[in-house]
Amino acid sequence: MNMIYFLIGCSILLALIFLAAFFWASKTGQHDDTYTPAVRILFDYELPEQKIPEKIDEDHF
Amino acid sequence: MFEQKTVDTETQCYHCGDDLPAAPYLLDDRNFCCAGCKSVYQILSSHNLGNYYAYNEVPGQTQKQQAGHFEYLDEPKIAADLIDYTDEKITAITLYVPAVHCSSCIWLLENLYKLNPAIAQSRIDFLKKQLTLTFKNQETSLRKVVELLVAIGYEPQISLQDMVKKQQADFSARDLVMKIAVAGFCFGNVMLLSFPEYFGLSDLEQQFKSFFGWLNLAFAIPVVFYCGRGYFTAAYQNLKNGVLNLDFPLALGIAVMFIRSLVEITGNTGAGFVDTLCGLVFFLLIGKWMQQRTYHHLSFERDYRSYFPVAVTLIKAGKEKPLPLNELAPGHRILIRSNEIIPADAILLKGEAELDFSFVTGESVPVKKVYGEVVYAGGRQLSGAIELEVVKPVSQSYLTRLWNNEAFYTKKDHIKTFSHTASKYFSVVLLLIAIGSAAFWMLTAGDTTRAVASFTAVLIIACPCALALSSPFTLAAVLSIFDRNRFYLKSTAVVEELARIDTFVFDKTGTITNPEAAGFSFHGQITEVEKQLLYDLASNSGHPLSRELVKVLNRNKIFPVDDYVEKIGRGISGRINGYEVKLGSSAFIGLPLINAPMGSHIHLMIDKKYLGHVVFRQQWRAGFKELTFKLGKFADLHLLSGDQNHDKQSLIPFFPRAQQLHFGQSPQNKLDYISQLQSLGKKVLMLGDGLNDAGALRQSNVGLAVTDNINNFSPDCDAILDGAAFHLLPQFIKQAKDAVKIIQLSFAISLTYNLIGLYFAVQGLLSPLFAAILMPVSTVSIILFTSIAARYCARKNKLL
Repeated sequence: MNMIYFLIGCSILLALIFLAAFFWASKTGQHDDTYTPAVRILFDYELPEQKIPEKIDEDHF
Repeated sequence: MFEQKTVDTETQCYHCGDDLPAAPYLLDDRNFCCAGCKSVYQILSSHNLGNYYAYNEVPGQTQKQQAGHFEYLDEPKIAADLIDYTDEKITAITLYVPAVHCSSCIWLLENLYKLNPAIAQSRIDFLKKQLTLTFKNQETSLRKVVELLVAIGYEPQISLQDMVKKQQADFSARDLVMKIAVAGFCFGNVMLLSFPEYFGLSDLEQQFKSFFGWLNLAFAIPVVFYCGRGYFTAAYQNLKNGVLNLDFPLALGIAVMFIRSLVEITGNTGAGFVDTLCGLVFFLLIGKWMQQRTYHHLSFERDYRSYFPVAVTLIKAGKEKPLPLNELAPGHRILIRSNEIIPADAILLKGEAELDFSFVTGESVPVKKVYGEVVYAGGRQLSGAIELEVVKPVSQSYLTRLWNNEAFYTKKDHIKTFSHTASKYFSVVLLLIAIGSAAFWMLTAGDTTRAVASFTAVLIIACPCALALSSPFTLAAVLSIFDRNRFYLKSTAVVEELARIDTFVFDKTGTITNPEAAGFSFHGQITEVEKQLLYDLASNSGHPLSRELVKVLNRNKIFPVDDYVEKIGRGISGRINGYEVKLGSSAFIGLPLINAPMGSHIHLMIDKKYLGHVVFRQQWRAGFKELTFKLGKFADLHLLSGDQNHDKQSLIPFFPRAQQLHFGQSPQNKLDYISQLQSLGKKVLMLGDGLNDAGALRQSNVGLAVTDNINNFSPDCDAILDGAAFHLLPQFIKQAKDAVKIIQLSFAISLTYNLIGLYFAVQGLLSPLFAAILMPVSTVSIILFTSIAARYCARKNKLL
């Protein structure tokens, strides 16, 4: 049953890592704007002009 | 958030969706309402940014209004106050862009580099309507960047006050979120580690008991000393000021729980109350967070500084030079262009001034000034440029002197909430019960252990967690219901103040009148042909009355106007289709003064034949009559107008008492009137819209600013009401009253929980498991009750 000491240590360590990740995210301002990124991701990625790849379909099939 | 509009491209502008004029501007087979919209389209399409129109239909904003001048941004001193960061290569700045409203806006403003390659990066914060951009300052300048934004229809709002605000930016909200995270983390772990204790440990597991206890204690330390620190300092501050509120029993509860857990765990006599402690702090912090949520995009603390420009054009030795407003001093000669605001009291030196003071005095008719007259600050020059000599510093002007009034320096802390009053009694009774039960066990049984146990148990179980949460959760629910109906409150405390209002004071112009819709009536005989002539003439003029007239007549322009003459403030004339048409004041037409009793009036003459006059009168907001009827049933109604009394007769039917209509009120008069009402014990709600109401809004118990565009300037106030929701005001008041009842009910519920707990506590029989169950159960049931009841009342009041 001494394994429990180790397991509890692991679980707390893991939780602490998540807490630290949350702190880091909050400190770097990732929670300041919770709306715009959701919209931003929906914009189409625009391919640079001139080199519109035409063979891309053939490569896949 | 995004509105779906169906657009008829035949009749609406491709850029902004406004109705097209009879002769629209055309480009690429697309119709535009004005040259501004067309030029925005031109810029975007020439840079391959046509996607702007693909994400949303008519994403633009109308470009009919003229943009300001930005020469002042070249002045390093002014620019330094605005920018966030600069070095030799790059400059970063955050701008507030009110026009941001849809995904196309985000897309376009984040693709600014395509328009100007010197812009390295641009980011939008949609809810705050803020644009953060970085540009290479070797290749472009701040002025050029701002002018680019203006050219594509996103004029940033740059005002003195925002510059000040930026310096005081604080991170308290972020700090609170971190505390919640830590408390939640500890709460979760402690709960897991406490389960074996709750469910009973077998002999085998007994060896872990003290290990779990010590771990729990370790988790309690950050919860008490980091997350809960705010409650100790608040309780100490309040006690020092002689105030007894909920912070004291909360701090006491946290301290007692920690100390008792510490003693029990180190002495190996029990499991302690760490689980309850962490849960308590976690829920309390969430309640605090609910209370603190604010509207980022709205500013409730604006004063004249955000209305005034950042800089003025100084004329020195015949040259024009931008000067920061705070350096403007008496004796300076300044240039005010069309549509700019007079920043300080000054004497008119050159040009003809026609000033719109409607925002400052409430007077809707433009004021004319000639050479040598004193021009007061706050007026907006309507047409043509004028030169002025400043006679008073900005802060000492007729208008801005209002802000020297003490009402602006004393913090508005009159809001005494129900929970404050109730918590005072609660704290006293709680302490009495705790001491009483300890004394009972000491005296009757001489049992010190039991006395301490019952004393601490009372303080733990009666820790007013549910009590402390009932008002933030109710008020936050009400706030979001109001928000959905376009009524924005500065803080949750305003809800309770709203419920107590018994006197309503209305401003007239812009508050109960609708600035968008003006009523026109023609007195005299006029034929269709003559109407056409009137339209053709008026459409040449940029004067507000002419523009209104054009909007009302709504025809197609047929004839060109020859010999067009516009005399500022007097009238317009021209030759149309062979007719001599004159429109203007009676003096301009060349008639003896004709007395039109009410409102603004313009006379019309065609070929020396007098046809009659157009009376221009403002229209009341929709639902005004019903509103005064409903409010009049339980409250006193007053009117304070800066205007002259030409509307008095038409207003009498709305107000129960004619002697409570006051006209020609100066800003100071309004403020004094409110404080006079308050000295009679009235709770006053002031509805206003302009700078002239700022003093009254500040002085009143609830200052409510009415505006038709919430991003526009609104004076210092407690609440902002969208003009479209004006008629809902009686329902809002009803909802606020219901909210107070809900809070009282939830107080009763949480007191019941406390009583159940106290029954066990006074006997010294409080098990950690019982506390750990009672605390979350009471909290969650209060949260559920308040949010369901608030929604139910909103449905009843037709707000949902």
